[in-house]
Amino acid sequence: MTAAPASIRLVNLTLGYDRRPAVHHLEGEIAPGAALAVCGPNGAGKSTLLKALAGLLTPLGGRIERGGASAREAAYLPQLAEVDRSFPINVRDFVATGAMRRVGLFGRLDAAERARTTEAIARVGLAGTEDRPIDTLSGGQMQRVLFARLLVQDQRVILLDEPFGAIDEATTEDLLGLVAQWRAEGRTVVAVLHELDLARRAFPETLLLAREPIAWGETRAALCAENLARARAMSEAYDRQARECLRDEEASHAH
Amino acid sequence: MTGKRANVFETKKRRMLTEILVSPFLDYEFMRRALVGSLALAVSGAPLGVFLILRRMSLAGDALSHAVLPGAAIGYLVAGLSLPAMTFGGLVAGLVVAAATGAASRFTTLREDASLAAFYLVSLALGVTLVSLRGSSVDLLHVLFGSVFGLDDSALIMLAGVSTLTLITLAVFYRALVVDTLDPLFLRQSSRFGELVPFIFLGLVVLNLVAGFQALGTLMAVGLIMLPAAAARLWTHELSIALALAAGVAAFCVYAGLVFSNETGAPTGPAIILAAGLVYFVSLIFGRAGGVLRLKPPRKHLEG
Repeated sequence: MTAAPASIRLVNLTLGYDRRPAVHHLEGEIAPGAALAVCGPNGAGKSTLLKALAGLLTPLGGRIERGGASAREAAYLPQLAEVDRSFPINVRDFVATGAMRRVGLFGRLDAAERARTTEAIARVGLAGTEDRPIDTLSGGQMQRVLFARLLVQDQRVILLDEPFGAIDEATTEDLLGLVAQWRAEGRTVVAVLHELDLARRAFPETLLLAREPIAWGETRAALCAENLARARAMSEAYDRQARECLRDEEASHAH
Repeated sequence: MTGKRANVFETKKRRMLTEILVSPFLDYEFMRRALVGSLALAVSGAPLGVFLILRRMSLAGDALSHAVLPGAAIGYLVAGLSLPAMTFGGLVAGLVVAAATGAASRFTTLREDASLAAFYLVSLALGVTLVSLRGSSVDLLHVLFGSVFGLDDSALIMLAGVSTLTLITLAVFYRALVVDTLDPLFLRQSSRFGELVPFIFLGLVVLNLVAGFQALGTLMAVGLIMLPAAAARLWTHELSIALALAAGVAAFCVYAGLVFSNETGAPTGPAIILAAGLVYFVSLIFGRAGGVLRLKPPRKHLEG
């Protein structure tokens, strides 16, 4: 880790595809060292928000302020389905790609980087599998491999998209242990979660999203029954005649 | 007595084999040129094929090979059977179709395969029309199937140059290409060059197709890229081995095709591709890492 992490500010942030907002007028601040869970129904814009935080998506409106840091200074865990698991590569080489920011596309992996890779594989409990091709791994093992890559990336902001989906209890516990260590090291962790119990247990802060932000704050308060009911009522309807959103103009008139 | 006769027979057989397998290349310069030119093509094209397969773009290579045709045809219309003109035309057309396909899939609702199919069908129709408007059907056959026995110095230099450039670029961008195929989001997130990698790769494919069409023709060039790669993938799970194996298989097929073509008078391009096809079918059955025989009742299972 390099300098002390800066906070991430979301300013009137609107994200989406084809002008259709998936996240609408989101305002807030992710403090350095925060552990933020992002919850909400399917289609609520959780993964979209994470992609934007990772710098993979340009906002339709508003902006993300990172206090001078670049979006590349974040480690991003994609959903499992986004990795081509049939690719012929072994665990060691896959985990070593995490060193990309330091060694670049062309640089040499020195002894220190190789040691870091080996250590990361051991820390996720996969020591001894270094030479196995990734297509022989189970879903849980693959998730451990992806976490090992995050360890090698060694960034101060860590973004996790559904890290515990379809993962058994033991693996979830081990991976939660890593999240706890990251928090202890002062890293910022943002995770999209479907398991509300996990959010309550391991993440002090929660953003409940249903395209519009429903609640953002202390986890138990944010995930109260009333808020969850409001989130569930989110309209997934796709309005063909949707007009341009005038909220920004209205706001500027009011001032 | 019988031993001596068998010995004579052996010697005769050996001489016959030498005559078929080696002499043509010693005796005739055009055979040597054909061998060198198509070996260069084999060694650089086959590794690209391995990546095309891993990126699930096997048919994209096919489509691009058709796309080269109208460019070559325009070069032919302007300058006749001139290698530089046809090469330049083919290169431009291939790159335009590759870029247009990428753009169409990015900015419209059509997926990449649909755009590719659309662009290459139009290109092929355009190319065949252009060639037949002006030239004879012999010219058309030449463009479609190449003339590996007619490689002159400039053609050889171009083939060697393309081969060298391809192998060097592959070596330099190997890590980028692997990560882009494996987890494109990760590459885009962690490197500024991420967005460029697919274009560099497609550029190499077009370059090899254009280089290949003089020797094998537009339609056959892609076969030398895809078939050895597909065969190699059936034998190994290890990427570095697959790349080397594909190049080796392609080189062998080039040699076998040339020998067969020289013996029987069959057209060379198709002979080379048929050799590659044979290797592919054998691999389909016997391939250790994906062949059919792998499905036979396995040996006793391991302990863990």
